[in-house]
Amino acid sequence: MASQLLHAGFSAGLTFVLGASVLGVELRSQGVNTIVAVEGPMTWLWLGVAVVIVFFHQLFRPRIEALRRRTWGGSRFSLPPLLRNHAQRRLMIALVIGALLLFPFLAQRSAIDLATLTLIYVMLGLGLNVVVGLAGLLDLGYVGFYAVGAYTYALLNNYLGFSFWEALPLAGAVTALFGYLLGFPVLRLRGDYLAIVTLGFGEIIRILLNNWTELTGGPNGISRIPKPTLFNLEFSRRAEEGNIPFHEFFGIPYDPSYKVMYLYILALLLTLATVYVIYRLMRMPIGRAWEALREDDIACRSLGLNPTGIKLSAFTIGASFAGFAGAFFAARQGFISPESFTFIESAIVLAIVVLGGMGSQLGVILAAIAMTLLPEIAREFNEYRMLLFGLIMVMMMVWRPQGLLPLKRPQMELKRG
Amino acid sequence: MAESELLSVRDLSMRFGGLLAVDQVNMDVRSGEVVSLIGPNGAGKTTVFNCISGFYRPTSGEVVFKGRPMQRLPGFKIARAGMVRTFQNVRLFKEMTVIENLLVAQHMQTERNLLKGLLLTKGYRRREQEVMERAAHWLERVGLIDFANREAGNLAYGQQRRLEIARCMVTQPRLLMLDEPAAGLNPNETRDLNQMIVRLKQEEGITVLLIEHDMSLVMDISDRIYVVNQGKPLADGTPQEIRCNPEVIKAYLGEE
Repeated sequence: MASQLLHAGFSAGLTFVLGASVLGVELRSQGVNTIVAVEGPMTWLWLGVAVVIVFFHQLFRPRIEALRRRTWGGSRFSLPPLLRNHAQRRLMIALVIGALLLFPFLAQRSAIDLATLTLIYVMLGLGLNVVVGLAGLLDLGYVGFYAVGAYTYALLNNYLGFSFWEALPLAGAVTALFGYLLGFPVLRLRGDYLAIVTLGFGEIIRILLNNWTELTGGPNGISRIPKPTLFNLEFSRRAEEGNIPFHEFFGIPYDPSYKVMYLYILALLLTLATVYVIYRLMRMPIGRAWEALREDDIACRSLGLNPTGIKLSAFTIGASFAGFAGAFFAARQGFISPESFTFIESAIVLAIVVLGGMGSQLGVILAAIAMTLLPEIAREFNEYRMLLFGLIMVMMMVWRPQGLLPLKRPQMELKRG
Repeated sequence: MAESELLSVRDLSMRFGGLLAVDQVNMDVRSGEVVSLIGPNGAGKTTVFNCISGFYRPTSGEVVFKGRPMQRLPGFKIARAGMVRTFQNVRLFKEMTVIENLLVAQHMQTERNLLKGLLLTKGYRRREQEVMERAAHWLERVGLIDFANREAGNLAYGQQRRLEIARCMVTQPRLLMLDEPAAGLNPNETRDLNQMIVRLKQEEGITVLLIEHDMSLVMDISDRIYVVNQGKPLADGTPQEIRCNPEVIKAYLGEE
């Protein structure tokens, strides 16, 4: 008990020293001098509360841990049991989708915008999850496919006047073709070698877009990419020739937030479609074959499975989702340039897959939300933001290397009647 | 070549650089037989297996299965032709469940049209049902039905061996090639394996090509035996003939 007291006292003292120096005092410039200004009594009161909480938490920590273990049954992040029942799970999914659809009508514009960005990352994460999580092929150039999707829409629109809805399936198809073409040279490669080649692929795409100025506009990018329309109704104040703006059609006053809400709902629908398609794929023969290939490709061959075809299908299907996400991204931004498709994007999407738990869809979705929201929430910390972000990732990998929600087995169950 | 010959291997040779691992091996396996391939460690038995099943491309010689030449085909096509094998060290999909292992093995029998799968058409569901039933049937036969939803990697070693054989059988092969199936098994498990192979032969009419070191098992279940030593064919014949062959005794026990 004495050592516990000492430990708690030390922790509380440390909290005070750190808290007081970071929050309690502030450097202000007064003319040419800099003075140390002490914060008001409210700050010190909150700091005191924090110190007391830390002291008692550290003092009773063993007991708190024991209590938590008893109530939560040891595993900290497992799904609550209510989700295991089929009907309840369906109800839960319906409620979540309902809440997500209601969200834009209740939230602020900036929050909706951020949610849309999050959904793009969810799509990318789910697509890469097919390649990395399920088929076990480490792809560091996934952003290349994202870029191909975005530029497919931008170029088709720029040169041939395609609308978003006309270009979306083509963006998916063109990106799938790129995935297929990349698949060929890397068929024989595994692990590190595969990672290097795919990394190179991502860079080649970016550099090509940067230097092929006549076609892509080079570093200046492509601007004035139209937003998606709703059955040809535009969400801008004034429509292009021949089109009617949304607000005029319904006879309501113009509000720029309609556009944001529509983009969000579109992203949500695309994401839900992605989730459903990949959910089905994972339970179909092709999904089982991907996983089997990840486990043991020699055994696959001995059973008559063609590893070449399976690998190519993973690359192709995984890439096509990046294509859809890319086309949507181009439509949302209205402007794209090679700047948007740097390696760091690939790294973030890969981090989403790894943090989420390889192969697990729910995990990837949660990780995508965390990875896009964390930097926003941590904006308060200014320049410490990225440091905090990195720290959280390091801690995640140390304490939970299997990811937030690792893939739950089994997927195919033998039910005996 | 006789009508009933399922597999025939002619003058098979395999060279790795300066090493001639397999030298002019000939083998014939007739439909419904259990044929064993034996020889001291490093004799090239597994290399012969790898050449026949398409994992190596033989340097010369030919492999004819069901009257069709196989030696140029990749492994997965040979497997599709009805010749499946197990491995010396078990190669299961360890992180997948027992039943999933058997579902993957039936990949070629499933409905692989993506659109039909995504839309859950009637035909797709019927095929999935069939595949599931065949998997369950074979789990029942090898006594692993209670472990259907466990991860394959968590099974005991003997169970993993049985699962590997079941995984071959769900592909409905003509020829089952077993590479040291009794390695690492205790005497009870070896006896079970013995009975299982006999039953497969009698009830399924399956033809078996076996590499094995356990001589009592080999002598008990084989119809014919081929002996190789240092890559060269040494002898072949019935278990009785092989047991008495002075060359074979010399190869196994060394010169007197």
